[in-house]
Amino acid sequence: MAQHKVNYLQDGGAPIVLTTVDKIVNFGRSNSLWPMTYGLACCAIEMMASGASRFDFDRFGTIFRASPRQADLIIVAGTLTKKHAEFMRRLYDQMPDPKWVISMGSCANTGGMFNTYATVQGVDRIIPVDIYLPGCAPRPETLQYAVMQLQQKIRRNPANMRQKAKRLV
Amino acid sequence: MRKYSPKNDVQQKSYYTDRFYVAPTLDKAPVSNDSTFASDCSSLANVVEIKESYIQAGHLVIYVDSKDNVKAIKHLKEIRAYNFMMELSAIDYVSTQNGFEVFYEMLSVSKHKRIRVKCFVGCDDAIASVEPLFRMADWSEREMYDMYGITIKNHPYMKRILMPDDWQGHPLLKSYPLIGDEAAQWYEVDKIFGKEARDIVGPELRDAAQVERYDTQRFSRLGHEVPKGTDITTNEPETPIRYQEEGGVQLFGKKLVTPFDEIETKHLEERK
Repeated sequence: MAQHKVNYLQDGGAPIVLTTVDKIVNFGRSNSLWPMTYGLACCAIEMMASGASRFDFDRFGTIFRASPRQADLIIVAGTLTKKHAEFMRRLYDQMPDPKWVISMGSCANTGGMFNTYATVQGVDRIIPVDIYLPGCAPRPETLQYAVMQLQQKIRRNPANMRQKAKRLV
Repeated sequence: MRKYSPKNDVQQKSYYTDRFYVAPTLDKAPVSNDSTFASDCSSLANVVEIKESYIQAGHLVIYVDSKDNVKAIKHLKEIRAYNFMMELSAIDYVSTQNGFEVFYEMLSVSKHKRIRVKCFVGCDDAIASVEPLFRMADWSEREMYDMYGITIKNHPYMKRILMPDDWQGHPLLKSYPLIGDEAAQWYEVDKIFGKEARDIVGPELRDAAQVERYDTQRFSRLGHEVPKGTDITTNEPETPIRYQEEGGVQLFGKKLVTPFDEIETKHLEERK
């Protein structure tokens, strides 16, 4: 049987770690962001590329879920039409707290080039957005950068901060 | 439409005022030029009254009365072997003629010929469905109703196909504004939050080119993010791109992530 010598004195002392609840909770939350697969248009291709092996979202602990009940991040990737806005809001409401939103691409940010009657002029009219990600479509690196920005945002805030109101209004 | 003027010598002129190219109308040839089309026309004339007919770009174009559309298309399908309905839709002539021009594009696979049946429907009239003859007409006629508001008689499922069921107006009408009427602009707010939320959500920002340099309520520059609502009009903070918090992610009293130092990296040394 192998003998492992544990040096309790290395790394500054006893095998005890001290931390705060905020830090450990935010550590867990920020490093296991599970986004919902919410591809609406061409941005979804970049989102899929971010999840695939070349860019590899898994190393951030970011694993796409197909159900809003298991997700705590929604990446709105693409053009949101007015017909679809209701379903988008419903899916957002179904996500458990705490939850975050990344608005990916010009169309989701502002309606983009679709200055028409049928397109929602920015998803922030429907749901509260944490990160606006510019680009048409943003590269996978950019989406990863957005996720890292969101991680920093999560770590910055106290863990028990008041969650956003269920409804915008 | 603007009057067409020839554009052969535009390069020689110092000023050129026509901003948009206006396509010239294609030449119309008489039906007698093509023997297949001529026999189609004479056969159809026995069934319905043909108002006008000519050949344009290889297509036979036939105008019939809007009441005769099913009869004409049935004849063309069953007797004249135009057994493929490619497309049907309408053109808005409400402002000039108070009605719509409905067209049916048909193809004969055996004869390699294409034919276009056109009829004029007034704004208050309805047109009979050709869905019993061609299944594809089901969705196309629903789209015609959705986009133009043309009423279809005897349609099996007369319902909007593209826009939501509670949508107001018909978007492809020339009188419909591109950014939508009031009901369209507030559609998602009215539906999700209710009309009383209009004041809170606010009107749509339609200027796609609007960039506000110091607006941190909605956006901030990529790579120079600041917390939401930070005033950066004066003394804008230095925000170098940082992929980690200062000093890495700190958790259990020590650094989880050691800062990457290019000089001390062994692998880099080895590669060099």
